[in-house]
Amino acid sequence: MPPLKIALAAILVFGAPAGAAMAETKTAFDFGQPITSADLQRYLSIPPNGAGLPPGHGDASQGRMVYEEKCAACHGEKLEGISETGAPALIGGRGTLVTAKPFKTVESYWPYATTVFDYVRRAMPFNAPGSLTGDEVYAATAYVLARGKIISESQVMDASSLPEVEMPNLRGFILDPRPR
Amino acid sequence: MSNYRKIQAEDCPCREGMFPRGKVSRRGLLFAVGSTVGVSSASLVRPALAAALSAPPGSIHYDVAADPTKEQGRPTFEDGGYGSRSQFETAVRLLAPNPNPNTTFTPLADLLGNITPSGLHFERHHAGIPVIDPAKHSLVIHGLVGTPKRFTMADIRRMPSVTRKHFIECSGNTLSGWTGQMEKTVQASHGLLSTSEWTGVLFSEFAKQVGLKPEGTWVLAEGSDGAVMTRSIPMEKMLRDAILAYGQNGEAIRPEQGYPLRLVLPGYEGNTHIKWIQSLQVSGVPFMSREETSKYTDLMPDGVAWEFVFEMDAKSVITFPSGAMRLPGPGFYEITGLAWSGRGRISGVEVSTDGGATWQKADLEGIPEPICTIRFKLPWMWDGKPRVLLSRCADETGYVQPIRKQLVEQRGVNAFYHYNGIQAWGVGPDGSVSNAAA
Repeated sequence: MPPLKIALAAILVFGAPAGAAMAETKTAFDFGQPITSADLQRYLSIPPNGAGLPPGHGDASQGRMVYEEKCAACHGEKLEGISETGAPALIGGRGTLVTAKPFKTVESYWPYATTVFDYVRRAMPFNAPGSLTGDEVYAATAYVLARGKIISESQVMDASSLPEVEMPNLRGFILDPRPR
Repeated sequence: MSNYRKIQAEDCPCREGMFPRGKVSRRGLLFAVGSTVGVSSASLVRPALAAALSAPPGSIHYDVAADPTKEQGRPTFEDGGYGSRSQFETAVRLLAPNPNPNTTFTPLADLLGNITPSGLHFERHHAGIPVIDPAKHSLVIHGLVGTPKRFTMADIRRMPSVTRKHFIECSGNTLSGWTGQMEKTVQASHGLLSTSEWTGVLFSEFAKQVGLKPEGTWVLAEGSDGAVMTRSIPMEKMLRDAILAYGQNGEAIRPEQGYPLRLVLPGYEGNTHIKWIQSLQVSGVPFMSREETSKYTDLMPDGVAWEFVFEMDAKSVITFPSGAMRLPGPGFYEITGLAWSGRGRISGVEVSTDGGATWQKADLEGIPEPICTIRFKLPWMWDGKPRVLLSRCADETGYVQPIRKQLVEQRGVNAFYHYNGIQAWGVGPDGSVSNAAA
């Protein structure tokens, strides 16, 4: 038998059973420690269906107080954005996306209200990210949405009402259409 | 006595106790800088100290020997065991003029070869650079998995590793191309691109440890910076080639690049390579985070935006000669630059020295690796006449780098991200090189 065939025979004879034995005796390493759902509280992100939204609630009038205290210094008293701080406008711009100067804001561009909640909760205010309570985040979100005329001034935002909000630009996105 | 210590002994206004072991260190230098503030620094800083303080970032000033063959050089290990670059090398990252400094550009024209030095890797941060103790850092994998688990850095370092070279490019790189704005240098126009050798553990190894549920089609990656930066990544990509990387260019990943752990998604837009990663949540749907809806989406002229625009298409740029340089006169030059594709290997690069009338095949430096930059070169005799230099590349999928007109016809001028048009540099009769768009 030529050397190559001998080598192949050796793999077929000894190789296959060795592999099978490995599977049976579970030689796989076992890294990582199982964790409980309590450990996971800090990691929960909010998808558009609202899964994981925390307890709490807030409306625009409560949100105005949160906004004026924690947000206005950067985003402006009228939610108009301040270029010197780098904080963008939060409202305005409807109808501009097809123009030469699109004005992208929560009101004109953001497709989901849950994203506002999720982002404010994790990353705002800029000088103290993640410091707002659940009630404060619901209220600040309600304030921005009400000022953008997406919800009414009296509408209460909570875990059930927030995912129901339909944003003006909900249908403004398509998946990357480039050929793969 | 080393030259630096001589300076310190003579000039530093507050030298007692500042350098207990007499070591030359960057840290000491910084203290020295701070110590002169408010003490009429102009009168106190003598020329020698001024030279020491002006050593470029990443270097330490030493006096230059009149004849280095006639004296001993500085002592071995004086650097404490970690070297620095020459005090004569000045290339640094360029800070973008944002209200909150968060972006720097790699000095592409200064780079040699194919790897970006870790200290020159471009940066785009969303809440600064966190300081993280690796002993307290861990990666949690949860959601639609069999067993949610926490992996410490010690766990991750024990797992089977891979080492691969890949570029990372910000989706906003070359964005001025959309509006036809002329950035002056290749650093400002193309510098949100860097290439590293990354070492880490494939996500597929972690998947074996937690067990994936079949309905888990997306994975939310979350950083542990102040932005708790999040992006949803298709599971198919995660299983194909995603790396949880702890190594960069042969050492631990730099803090600016995600120390102690970052996600590397070969070919995907830079912001998806979540730095300081702390969590992977498996889900059946994307989370529609702020970064994947209000940012990093490409607005088309009809008002509809493309979302989840992940792969960075093929692009190339000539880095020499490039904007703001000046050729000393007619004669021989080696045109060189970089080409890359987020969809695979570069298959070829062509260069034109006559504004696109004719094209020549450029030499590729080495064998193209998948989803990695490659350096190209072309010998060129400049005749002293005005010339326009262009490069274009193709990748192994057959895709050819487009001209700006093709991109604008397809996507308008407000897409902001993912511009990959051909770049032109004009060479004037005086040898000056400037941006000629394309």
